[in-house]
Amino acid sequence: MNNTARRSAIFTGLAIASVAVLTACGTTSGSSDGGSAADELGDFEGSVSILAWPGYVEDGSNDPTVDWVSAFEEQTGCTVSSKTYGTSDEAFNLMKTGGYDVIAASGDASLRLVASGEVAPVNTDLLENYDGIFDFLKEKSWNSVDGVSYGIPHGYGANLLMYNTDVFPDGLDSWSAVFDDAAANAGKVTAYDSPIYIADAAVYLMATQPDLGITNPYSLDETQLAAAVDLLKTQRASVGEYWSDYLKEIQAFETGNSVVGTTWQVIQNSVSTGNTEVVLPKEGATGWSDTWMIASKAKSPNCAYAWLDYIASPEANAQATAYFGEAPSSIAACDFRDDCEAFHAGDADYASQIWYWSTPIADCLDGRTDVKCTDYSAWATAWSEIKG
Amino acid sequence: MTSNAASPLIERAGIPPHRHTPARRVSVFLSQHARARLGLLLSAPLLWLGLVYIVALAALLVTAFWSVDSFTGEVSTTWTLDNFVTVFTGAVYQAVTLRTVGIALLVTIVDIVIALPIAFFMAKVASPRLRRILVIAVLMPLWASYLVKAYAWRSVLSEGGLLEWLLSPFGGQTPGYGIPAIVITLSYLWLPYVILPIYAGLERVPDSLLEASSDLGAKTGRTLVSIVLPMLWPAIIAGSIFSFSLSLGDYITVNIVGGANQLLGNLVFTNVGAANNLPLAAAIATIPIAIMVVYLTAARRSGALESL
Repeated sequence: MNNTARRSAIFTGLAIASVAVLTACGTTSGSSDGGSAADELGDFEGSVSILAWPGYVEDGSNDPTVDWVSAFEEQTGCTVSSKTYGTSDEAFNLMKTGGYDVIAASGDASLRLVASGEVAPVNTDLLENYDGIFDFLKEKSWNSVDGVSYGIPHGYGANLLMYNTDVFPDGLDSWSAVFDDAAANAGKVTAYDSPIYIADAAVYLMATQPDLGITNPYSLDETQLAAAVDLLKTQRASVGEYWSDYLKEIQAFETGNSVVGTTWQVIQNSVSTGNTEVVLPKEGATGWSDTWMIASKAKSPNCAYAWLDYIASPEANAQATAYFGEAPSSIAACDFRDDCEAFHAGDADYASQIWYWSTPIADCLDGRTDVKCTDYSAWATAWSEIKG
Repeated sequence: MTSNAASPLIERAGIPPHRHTPARRVSVFLSQHARARLGLLLSAPLLWLGLVYIVALAALLVTAFWSVDSFTGEVSTTWTLDNFVTVFTGAVYQAVTLRTVGIALLVTIVDIVIALPIAFFMAKVASPRLRRILVIAVLMPLWASYLVKAYAWRSVLSEGGLLEWLLSPFGGQTPGYGIPAIVITLSYLWLPYVILPIYAGLERVPDSLLEASSDLGAKTGRTLVSIVLPMLWPAIIAGSIFSFSLSLGDYITVNIVGGANQLLGNLVFTNVGAANNLPLAAAIATIPIAIMVVYLTAARRSGALESL
């Protein structure tokens, strides 16, 4: 064999090998299901890995007085390791990489997790504290599919409007401060860095432009999405920065780089300068209702069930939801916290006014059948265009 | 032949006979088979290179031709050109590409302008002792974490931060978070990568040439333009490749100090992280690769790479 022939033989071999490798990597199963729920529990595995929003799994390392993980570890012998995430999209991708037993998912991630088979149905009979959960949170579209429960509700709350009281001494009561009147504070407006923020614009449009006929901010047809995108593009000119890392927003409000924008109660609780205030604007708000779910490939399913049961117990549920600044899911949790009224805990009417995050899909969530709605990938593309 | 010639040596006093250990046998085998020696030496790094660079790059390019199921997030392996059509026709991608290249060029220019005098001082003016100290000083920031440095700039550039405190007596104020902040931070981060090649290049310019130039009556500027710069050109190109390519792919600094702006790296990041659209992210990632190929080809054409 001469040199050229040998070389081409080597290249052919390499090419075949790489195609083989690529095919092996690229083969993905279509939609898989998460298997069936457990019938009974076994021995604890000794550890459990949890993926959650910041402030949901506190073991005292952030603040020595804030700790509900140690009690769980003592009771069950399951050592908790946890990771926090900033957006539902991040959570969804982390779950797809595997390695987590339990996730606290909002409605814009939970259905996707179920659809891609990342989470397993949960047998609520195995959870003693499930009976103590508010009925209006059970069997909802974001935590159940076809009557099968995929988790236990954790807590719920609204995405609030935060403002600097030095800049707005008279206070605010409308999202117009970040939309129509945003230019007054150009460069100091902040917004949540996720396609799901488009729903915030839709909520504002529901109140200000009824002609558009938006009845659910997560089911927008082409025209309605375009209107929301236009509103957000106008807002973009005034936005100083988008946030998804809650620590970044805390710092931006403390230094004054941001003076008005969307926020969570936990951020308001963490701002140390004391010149910020939060409000639930009159137009209503988007919000979240979170669910503890168990991974279909969980390595420690028994510890996972134990965690779900523990975190829904009145005392732990009260601690965790009070720290994050949201209403608890457990009826008895209000015995352990004194601010339940501020969050309208158990007030089913109030809870129904919050537009809980859910994943936009092509079949309109508001029941329209004459049009196709824009799905989440369309929102993601629109979000890139808005940021420009 | 060899064994016959060698045998009298064994008889000689003072030299112990070869011991036939397995290691010795392997060593004898390798010394007689040059190809096997080369193969053993290179197989591990070549396998690594092949796996990391070629397979990873190929996987990236192939992924760009696939699509993703928007609800379940599963990648479906049917071939489509949609992603490339989106990337090449979408106004947002064109705008972001232009912004990214602009920032990368600006960072490169800023770095070269700062690096040239520093490198010249280090190579030609400073005493050997001072030179060593300066090299360490230039390298020092590389020992600190990238994130720490980026967050340090976030606090320096914030409202009421260090920069504002420094500038306010002169009526200036901080540029805030945005494109100027990105350029400042990236220039700072990549500066050592630009100084070092230029310093190495300047060290190779013989002092005798500078003296000869001045003996022949050339002024400082003339010497720099006609003697130093042509010899330094490859080193400057080498430095610029570092700062340009590193800026082209950065997204973390942009997230930290970039305000509401996004660069190509952020588009890739959000498409992998937020939108879960790996194929589109792969298609976007081919843009900086293509730009770097063009840049390296241009650098090669100019002959700068050959004299490195």
